Amino acid sequence: MSELPKPDELFSKIDHRPAPKGWMDTPVDIRRGIACYASNPKSVEYVGLPYPRQWSCFDEDWQLPENWKEIISKGFRERLDRFRSIKVFMDICVRCGACADKCHFFIGSGDPKNMPVLRAELLRSVYRNDFTTAGKIIGSIGKTFKKIIGARELDLQVLKEWWYYLFQCSECRRCSVFCPYGIDTAEITIMGRELLNLIGLNIDWIATPAANCYRTGNHLGIQPHAYKDMMDFFADDIEEITGVKVEPSFNKKGADILFITPSGDVFADPGTFTCMGYMMLFHYLKEKYGFDITWSTYASEGGNFGFFTSHEMMKRLNAKMYAEAKRLGVKWILGGECGHMWRVIHQYMDTMNGPADFLEDPVSPITGTKFENAKSTKMVHITEFTADLIKHDKLDLDTSRNDHLKVTYHDSCNTARGMGLLEEPRYVIKNVCNNFYEMPANTIREQTFCCGSGSGLNAGENMELRMQGGLPRANAVKYVHEKHGVNMLSCICAIDRAALPASMEYWVPEVDVTGVHELVANALILPGEGKRTTDLRSEPLPGMEDDDAE
Amino acid sequence: MRLNNLLAQGKTAIVKKWFVSAIDTYPSDTAKFLKRQKDPFANPVGRTIYRGLEALFDQLLEDMDDEAITSFLDPIIRIRAIQNFSPSQATSFIFFLKDVIREHTQKEVSEARLFNELLLFESKIDRLSLIAFNLYMQCREKIYELKANEMKNRTFRAFERAGLVSEIPADTPDLVNINICKEASNDT
Repeated sequence: MSELPKPDELFSKIDHRPAPKGWMDTPVDIRRGIACYASNPKSVEYVGLPYPRQWSCFDEDWQLPENWKEIISKGFRERLDRFRSIKVFMDICVRCGACADKCHFFIGSGDPKNMPVLRAELLRSVYRNDFTTAGKIIGSIGKTFKKIIGARELDLQVLKEWWYYLFQCSECRRCSVFCPYGIDTAEITIMGRELLNLIGLNIDWIATPAANCYRTGNHLGIQPHAYKDMMDFFADDIEEITGVKVEPSFNKKGADILFITPSGDVFADPGTFTCMGYMMLFHYLKEKYGFDITWSTYASEGGNFGFFTSHEMMKRLNAKMYAEAKRLGVKWILGGECGHMWRVIHQYMDTMNGPADFLEDPVSPITGTKFENAKSTKMVHITEFTADLIKHDKLDLDTSRNDHLKVTYHDSCNTARGMGLLEEPRYVIKNVCNNFYEMPANTIREQTFCCGSGSGLNAGENMELRMQGGLPRANAVKYVHEKHGVNMLSCICAIDRAALPASMEYWVPEVDVTGVHELVANALILPGEGKRTTDLRSEPLPGMEDDDAE
Repeated sequence: MRLNNLLAQGKTAIVKKWFVSAIDTYPSDTAKFLKRQKDPFANPVGRTIYRGLEALFDQLLEDMDDEAITSFLDPIIRIRAIQNFSPSQATSFIFFLKDVIREHTQKEVSEARLFNELLLFESKIDRLSLIAFNLYMQCREKIYELKANEMKNRTFRAFERAGLVSEIPADTPDLVNINICKEASNDT
């Protein structure tokens, strides 16, 4: 009995206030619900990345190669020499703190190491120690001096800290909007993840989709026949809802345009309704104007999880877009609603796998509009394309079919900040819906908050992290829901469509998630269609119930 | 209820202190931000906690409507249930109010012998903590449900892709009654 603690001893151990320690003295605590599972060795091996092995971030031993420090150090050096941007970003931060409170993961988690400045500092501290003259000289005097200049040695704890926090950044670039020096913290994360991949430290939600994509052309590993099967199901659903049979074309050589969209649209609700939206729009345009577009069952993925692995992997996975366009002999490429797909296309594709000199400058065959902005990549975003159709009055629309919806719009990070696509989606939504409400100004457009699950963080095991990261967005949705009765959150990103439903279910359960082209197709009057009594989700349209009931 | 008057008069100061002690459960760099930033969209955690505590304090001064308490407490617990807290840390802020009130009313309570009223008020805070406990569990269960559902849907999709799912057709076949008892077979 004497071993039992006394009550006052017990109470003295309960302290709900964290110890006031500096960040360097706060050891990393890898928590379940925040960390993602390690990559499947088969996936790592399949794409030829080094050190495939079974390991777990929750184990003490990460089964690292013996010379891991040397590999990281060499990799760091190479990247500093190769990417001027990284070298500059490592040097110029003055730690002003403008970015500190702009990250959705920091705002939602309250973990200071999620402040963009501090997340970058995790790498910078090692950079100062190993690659700067000051670091080397002062570091040689003693450890205390190192700390003064913010330098530290790379050891196992530091490596684990890198891994933990680099996979708590969705590369959304909100912080970079506020940085007076224009430091792009996403690029620091990108480089940090590249370094981790040199010693086989990826997460499975990135590694396996990347391997699938390398083999089958899409993240989900859907083979061509299954891809077509799924779209056949959608065609049946569309016929049931509208009475019109749509017949999409696949892998058609000599088609005018190739269409590429994320595979999530084909296989995951509510993206599937957006996919039905594209199919209906293309059918309408074919019937009315002879529009000739084809889907590819090989270039069957717009997204690019290679982007979250390394520059080389991004290039490899992206290459299929131009390759398929060339094989089919199309004039240009139309791209579906996706986020990071567009950052890759807009900022990397042309120089990475281009120039696509075998393609023509994109011109809408229906309106004659030249998409000057897409001259170099030859790839047009579908909301630009549809906005142009609406502007030229080429679509027959019954907007009342979206009257049961009060819609707001979530700017997807990559399309908003990565390519400046702000007006076109809004223009489309406002022309197909009668009830549209914006969220507060500091949560949309360039300042949009991430869904909380971008850059490969949409796994299931890290649900708490996703909810933390999703809080600022959900908080703004909750505001318009309470103020205007908003019940539908629209977006133009497949990760958003996969991630936001869970976020809404937790934070604002009354709000559902949709792609913009689902809204377009709800309103679009197809030639020869019957009376619609339901929307694309087969939910009854108020006031348009079946006559049989009368 | 003399204590209630005292507390009502000191509401602003008490809520502020309660808020500060709740926010101090976060690391100091975070706490600074949560206290300073007043924009509810830039700082949803800080502002949600502040608004919630203010409304909860009003409830404590009044008749304690469970439904209203839940509506004010839920947003705070919903946030803290997914942050890096243990269950006791997540809900600890409720008990901090006891310290704040004892400190605020120390003199008056001992001079005017308001101990009974203080105990009564503290019982109300205990009731708040029980509601918080329910809400905390609801939030955690929701997280588990989200995890389970995502996994279930993905597995189903994988089976579906592999062609292993045969959905029940819309038209059910006509059923014919078969009499299998001994007598019936004798008849035939």
